[in-house]
This record gives sequence, C-alpha cells and structure tokens, in this order.
Amino acid sequence: MSTLTDTAPTRSRALSNSAPNPRPFRLLRHSLALAKRSLIKTWRTPEALIDVTLQPVLFLIIFVYVFGGAVAGSTHDYLQFLLPGILAQTIATGAIAIGVNLNTDIAKGIFDRFRSLPIPRSAPLVGAVLGDVVRYVIVTVSTLAIGYVMGFRIETDLFRAIAGCLLAVLFALCLSWLPVLVSMKVRTPGAVQGVMFALIMPLSFASNVFVGANTLPGWMQAFVNVNPMTHLVASVRGLFLGTPLGNHVWWTLAWCAGFVVLFMPLALRAYRKKL
Amino acid sequence: MTADLVIEAEGLVKTFGKTRALQGVDLAVPRGTVLGVLGPNGAGKTTAVRILSTLLTPDGGTARIGGFDVVRDAERVRQSIGLTGQYASVDEDLTGRQNLELFGTLLELGRTGARRRAAELLDWFDLTDAANRPAKTYSGGMRRRLDLAASLVGSPDVIFLDEPTTGLDPAKREDMWDVVRSLVANGSTVLLTTQYLEEADALADAITVIDHGRVIAHDTPEGLKRVVGGQTLEVRPSDPAQLPRTAEILTQVGSGAQADEIRKGVLAVPVTDDAALTESVARFATAGIAVTELSLHLPSLDEVFFTLTGRTASEDDTTRPTEVAA
Repeated sequence: MSTLTDTAPTRSRALSNSAPNPRPFRLLRHSLALAKRSLIKTWRTPEALIDVTLQPVLFLIIFVYVFGGAVAGSTHDYLQFLLPGILAQTIATGAIAIGVNLNTDIAKGIFDRFRSLPIPRSAPLVGAVLGDVVRYVIVTVSTLAIGYVMGFRIETDLFRAIAGCLLAVLFALCLSWLPVLVSMKVRTPGAVQGVMFALIMPLSFASNVFVGANTLPGWMQAFVNVNPMTHLVASVRGLFLGTPLGNHVWWTLAWCAGFVVLFMPLALRAYRKKL
Repeated sequence: MTADLVIEAEGLVKTFGKTRALQGVDLAVPRGTVLGVLGPNGAGKTTAVRILSTLLTPDGGTARIGGFDVVRDAERVRQSIGLTGQYASVDEDLTGRQNLELFGTLLELGRTGARRRAAELLDWFDLTDAANRPAKTYSGGMRRRLDLAASLVGSPDVIFLDEPTTGLDPAKREDMWDVVRSLVANGSTVLLTTQYLEEADALADAITVIDHGRVIAHDTPEGLKRVVGGQTLEVRPSDPAQLPRTAEILTQVGSGAQADEIRKGVLAVPVTDDAALTESVARFATAGIAVTELSLHLPSLDEVFFTLTGRTASEDDTTRPTEVAA
C-alpha cells in the first residue's frame, strides 16, 4: 500500500439536508444487481446444480423403465405422460435450494453489509429469488433433453411448448418464497431441507404427476384436485401434448399469485426481524 | 445538537436476553476527527457500532449521524456511512473486483462509475493483482483490505471500523493506520473500536473507554495516558553487573518513581514524555553502559483497566468470553 495518499477518496457522499431522490425502479435495479451475484455464485459452484440436472434425469429413467410397463402398458406412453409431471416435481424441489443457501448466507457478514447500504431491505432476498431463475431454466432444459433422448416428443407446437416451460419456471419462482420464509424461521440449512421436503413430497405424490387423478380413491381426489402441483402438471401436459387444458392454467396462475401474496410479505417480515 | 458533531449518542441501552450489552453509553465525534472506542471483549463496542450503523435498534437512548436519527431516519444514515466489521463482510465467491462493483452498483454509481471506483480502490489497497480471484483465496490481510475498500466504495462521510487490525501482523497494522489517517485527511469522520491503547493513541483525537456496557473514561489520548501513568521505559543492559548504575540513571530520567527490575535483567521506569528516551540514551553513552534492549511502552489495555477500575480486563474475559455480536 505504497500509493496511499495520492488516491484517497475524491468524491464525498455528503450528509445533505435535501430529501433523498431515489431513481425509479430502485428495488428492481438493486435486486437485479444482487441476482447477478447469485448467478456468479452458481457459476462458481457447478456442483450445486446437481439437484436440477441429475435429479430429473434419474427420476425419468427410473420411473419410465421401472413402472412404465406396469402403469401404462408401454414405456413410451408412460414417458409422454410422465415427463410434464417430472418437470413439475423437480422444478418444485429445485426451489428448496434457495432456502438452504439463504440460511447459510445470512449468517455471514455480507448481509450486514447489505443492511448498512442505502438499498431497499428486501433487495437481497428478491435478488436471490430472481437469481435462481437460471436454475429453473436448467431443470427445464435438462428434463426435456433427456426426455428427447428417451423418445419424448412434443405433440403440440413450439409456442405452446415454450408457454408450458415458462409456466413451470414461474411456478417455481413464486413457490420459492416459501423456502425463503422457512429459511428465516429455522436454524440450520438441514432443517430447511427437511421441512421443505416434508411439504413438497405430499404435493408431488398426491397429485397427477405419476398417475391419472381419476385412478385415486375419492377422499384423496379431493386433495389432488386442489393441489397446485396437479394444476401445474395438467397445464404443462396440455401445453406439451394437447390434452384438455380446462381451467388448469388459470388455477396455476392463481396459485402462483397466492404464493407471492402470502409468503413474500411473511418472508420479508421474518428477514427484517431476524437480524 | 451541536452543529459540528457528526456522531452523537446519548444513553444507548441494549439488552440481549440476560446480557446487558449497553447500559447507557454516550458518544460524541466532531466532524473530521477520529474517536477511539477502547474496551475488552464483551465491553459492548460492537453492539454500539451496530446500533450507530443502523443494524440494530437500541432498547433505549438515541443516536444521530449527521443529525439523522439512526432509527427514524435509518435510510438517510445509510447514505453517509461505511462499515467495516470484525468479520470480513464481502462475498467469498465473488472476486475482489466483482465485490466492489456490486457495491458500486448498489450505491447508484452507474456501470462505468462502479467500474472506475472499483479499479481506484483495488489500486489504492494494493489488490489489483488479486482483483480477478475469488475473495475466498485471499489471505487474512488482503481480505481485511478488501473489506475496508468495500466500505469506502460510496466515499462515505462517516466510517465505522470495528477492530480493523485485530489479527493483523504489526506491519499490516501500520498499513491500516496509514489508510485511516488518509481518510481523515480527506475529511472523513471515523469511529474506531480497538482493544489496543497503542492503536487508539496512534489514530484517535479522543478516546472513550467502555467496560460492561458503560463509559468509564473519555479523554484525549494525552489526558488518558496521564491518568494511567504515561509510558514505561524498559532497558536491558548487556552486562547484568551494570544493573545498579543503569537503575540510577533511569530513576533520574524517569517521572520520579524508582526504577524497578520487572523481569530478570530488565529495568523499567515510568516516564512522562518521549524525550526521556533520547536523554537516557545519551546518559548511557556517557556512562559507558551498553544496552541490548531499549523500548518505550504505552500501558496495555490491562494496565489502563487496572488503573480505571481496579481490576484487569483479562480477568474479566474469563467470565464474559464473547463480544455480543448477535
């Protein structure tokens, strides 16, 4: 540090008496800057992408070849049926990682730094949530890629196929406020994982992911028919395969809005109280 | 409010469960000066800094930075402060440059502004060569420098340094001191916490000593040193046979007390000013006494505490081992 005195700070942030004049879209710009931080971190630790790359591949192979013959009579028919379900299931479990990461991250000094900066308090959380979109895109791409190798084919058109993918990504994005909330409430990353699996597993198995809802006992159908996962899977199936869409897309969007409206304020409140 | 007080705190109280971290702390720092907050682990230094930098809300009392209340006008306060904690608060996975550019973007410097400021700070802190490596590969000293650089991205008026040199080796410590001096020369106001009287003496215009969440002394470094007995001159003559004559000379140059043999072969005497050092050297030369060690010491934190409270700081550490950092 030899050149110290020549290059000392030149511009001083004044303690002015004029009201602060925030530029528009502050929260969005700051969140995007922080989302970029998440992306760099993801890029630096590719092993953290195992859940979104390997899991859909394993699940597709195991379920299609082990159960395909028994459940659908042919592995190809079952693959067509199952792939939208596996996409929904892995993208939902992929949302758990954000809670696990935040739980470790928040204990480090970096969050102190964020909270001492003149940025919206929620920006670090919103940034982390947005930064994980890349993970959801990876789930979608790797699921479709292995599906294609195994013989899966889109039966509609490109436009509807993309709409189905976007809907799944949006679902995970909105759902991820739940693990964020959980991560503020429990002490260890392992606990976040445990709580989230306990919540996501019933949602993904008591649904139409693996079998048609009409094959389930009546009492279970009552749950399955309101399960957000059921609506997402039915929507993606419709958009990929041309099966009837009904109101499933609307229900899925309603659930997405519900996740954000309910869990986002709770997560932000827990975050403010936590430190 | 006095016009030129940049940092003001009155009667700060903070309790964590049963731990009373702060029990009514007053602090005042005039513009462009350095306040040294001196105290042992667990004294409440970090808690005070966290309240002043809006990370914690006090249970009682008020604090203002540049006239803005740290609770009600927290957003305004955050626009003018920089904080460097005891633990490096940068992102370990990001490179040094990416860290600084991120904070520049968050501080509204714009893309080019953030890039320029990052380059400037990397250069200033001698991190240009390591700029494109993830921060987790940095050494302790480099990390500390990056952390300080990160808190200066927005050129803040008020800078909080929470034990900035704890764990650094002496050469790195001097570097850090130079940085603090140049910040002040550029008009910043600094609040620095430390466990070393030496550090507070080297940097601070005023020193507040806190213990168990209370202010037990506030004075200039000179005033405080007078209270705790100034400095100690230590001498080891090469030939132990010279000890009596050495002691005689030391007693004459000292502030009145008898020279004492504090360790085997080492004599010590309290002195009031630095001139005693050169004077003793001249006298030893005249008397033909060769010395192998000659040094001037400030009282340690232990001695300061012993004088101010009648007990040592380290005794205390065993019962309250951790700083309440929450």
